Amino acid sequence: MRASLEIKNLNVMIGDKQIIKDFSLTIPKSEVHAIMGPNGTGKSTLAKALAGHPDYEITSGDALIDGESIINLEVDERSRAGLFLAFQYPMEIPGVSIANFIRAARNARLPEGEDLDAPAYYKELYEKMDRLKIDRKFTSRSINEGFSGGEKKRCEILQLAMLNPKYAILDETDSGLDIDALKIVSEGVNALRGPELGALVITHYQRLLDYIVPDKVHVMYDGRIVKSGDKSLALELESKGYDWIKEIAENAA
Amino acid sequence: MTTATHNIEIDRDKGDFKYAETHKFDAGVGLNEGTVDYISDVKGEDDWIRDFRKRALKVFQDKPMPTHWATKDLENIDFNKIRYYLAGDQRAKKSWDDVPDEVKETFERLGIPENERKFLAGVEAQFDSEAAYSNIKEAVAKDGVIFMGSTDGLMEHPEIFKKWFGKVIPTADNKYAALNSAVFSGGSFIYVPPGVKVSHPLQAYFRINAENFGQFERTLIIADEGSEVTYMEGCTAPKFDTATLHSAVVELVAMPGAKIEYITVQNWSSNVFNLVTKRAIAHEGSVVKWIDCNIGSRLTMKYPGVILKGRKARGEVLSIALANDDQHQDTGAKMIHAADDTTSNVISKSISVGKGRSTYRGQVRIPKHLKGCKNNTECDALLINSDSRTDTYPAITVRGDQNYVQHEASVSKVSAEQIFYMQQRGLSEADAMSLSVNGFVNDLTRQFPMEYSVELKRLIELEMEGSVG
Repeated sequence: MRASLEIKNLNVMIGDKQIIKDFSLTIPKSEVHAIMGPNGTGKSTLAKALAGHPDYEITSGDALIDGESIINLEVDERSRAGLFLAFQYPMEIPGVSIANFIRAARNARLPEGEDLDAPAYYKELYEKMDRLKIDRKFTSRSINEGFSGGEKKRCEILQLAMLNPKYAILDETDSGLDIDALKIVSEGVNALRGPELGALVITHYQRLLDYIVPDKVHVMYDGRIVKSGDKSLALELESKGYDWIKEIAENAA
Repeated sequence: MTTATHNIEIDRDKGDFKYAETHKFDAGVGLNEGTVDYISDVKGEDDWIRDFRKRALKVFQDKPMPTHWATKDLENIDFNKIRYYLAGDQRAKKSWDDVPDEVKETFERLGIPENERKFLAGVEAQFDSEAAYSNIKEAVAKDGVIFMGSTDGLMEHPEIFKKWFGKVIPTADNKYAALNSAVFSGGSFIYVPPGVKVSHPLQAYFRINAENFGQFERTLIIADEGSEVTYMEGCTAPKFDTATLHSAVVELVAMPGAKIEYITVQNWSSNVFNLVTKRAIAHEGSVVKWIDCNIGSRLTMKYPGVILKGRKARGEVLSIALANDDQHQDTGAKMIHAADDTTSNVISKSISVGKGRSTYRGQVRIPKHLKGCKNNTECDALLINSDSRTDTYPAITVRGDQNYVQHEASVSKVSAEQIFYMQQRGLSEADAMSLSVNGFVNDLTRQFPMEYSVELKRLIELEMEGSVG
């Protein structure tokens, strides 16, 4: 079996409302898939449910990383199993510097009693910051505190680059970015593409997919995938609009 | 980091052990004139001290409990069940070899002799009522610096002691200062001659070993003109089912141009009532800085103060309090401006965990006739759980229009979304919580000496371990 992030017949509730409905999708390692869809269709819910947010209840179905189910794992265990979520709205953590935060996250991946090689860590951190055009002064700034939208998203990609996950979900990483920031963030993601990473890019707009060109595009509506295709689907969607998707979904139902 | 070797080991488990009591001197249970006479007799004190004690006892007995503003938990102290003086010897030893085995072992387990060798200019180690060990490095003593237990200080340097003793904190200041004045024993006595800068800290360690006991040390520090000194104190006790009382009085005198930094890491066991009065007089151009960390005890009431008596004097209080289940940290600061161009700064951060309660009380006074005075007060509270509690009682009296005061207060919570975010990066819930709590106090602990900020970080991690889930 090929290594993959596999989502099987997933059903997710928030409170008593079902948001994700019998959702299935397989993202092979080394591929980048995009999920597009109108607002309120369950894209972010899918991302948070996979990451294990306590407000999102998986009522049935499964999610597996390289064949191992993760849905009974704690949030941090899923992370260490290789799942990374780049947040749409990254949280501010006052007083906790970027350098210390990423270092703590890296330490959490080491066996008990083993400590990070600090000089090597900082060397790697600086290199990756340079690539994302993040000023080195940011290492001592509190995570996301007082950051602009673009700075927050670049900081998410920096964490992605530093934690080397097997699979990454990028939740509306393009929202709030101007074109320059969008390019930098996309270049950062593209640099990580390769045989060791599978990625799911969630976006409302086709624009991001000009820069992060996906292997597959899925269109999501009302908690499920209604249409899949190659990157040209994104362009088709752009020209026909989401009403087209609504029609497809209604005809299918 | 190589700071591990500088750790001052005072985590709660480490302090929770005890040895059998072998006291030669025991004033018995309860408090009356006979108790005071017993203490004066065994110490061989002059009449003026005996009279001072007896007057103080009267004040203590006459003063009501301050429960009209303070917590009613004070009513749970049974003064008739406490032992007020327990000692093996009145004179401190200058070598660890001469200290009785079980006392020496106690301090070894707490890492005191090791720290002394590594980075301290002098150490005093008090065991119940008296200092068991007191020593100052020869190079420091050669400069004329005096550092010894208060009992010894009173005997050997009465001329300095008498001049300042009870002058910063009068006996009648409050009920517990009066109690201390009646039965005080132990504590540190420090005199730094003009111009002498003590480069390494002097440290005192206060250990309570006995049950149903009260420790009443009395500390007096005088930094003469242009001198500088840093004093650090730590404390632990084993956890008993009964209440233990700790009621100290600490007086600091900073002569013109002097600098005193006084650092406390209070980690008493959770059955200790910790009712302490700490105050400094700051003369012209001097600086007094209190760094006050309260992690332990059942109830702490402590508001370190500075009387800014001389022009351009500066007072600072940096305070961190962590209140866990069954703990109440009632802390704060007093800044009494009494001269032109005096400045004061108060930064307080409290963390309430579980059912823990923290209270900030601040008093800032700038009278009308002064000019050019400044005060800055910031107090921030962090609540961890939904039943954690915090209260803030600032009292700022500023008269006149040539002075400047700034006050900021905030209450925040660590949100579930912040924890989720950190956990998504692979940190366990407990690690995420302790990281955010350390982040909350970070800008303050950065100003502490390295040994203490590392230790404090570790203590916070320990306290946060059981707080989630």
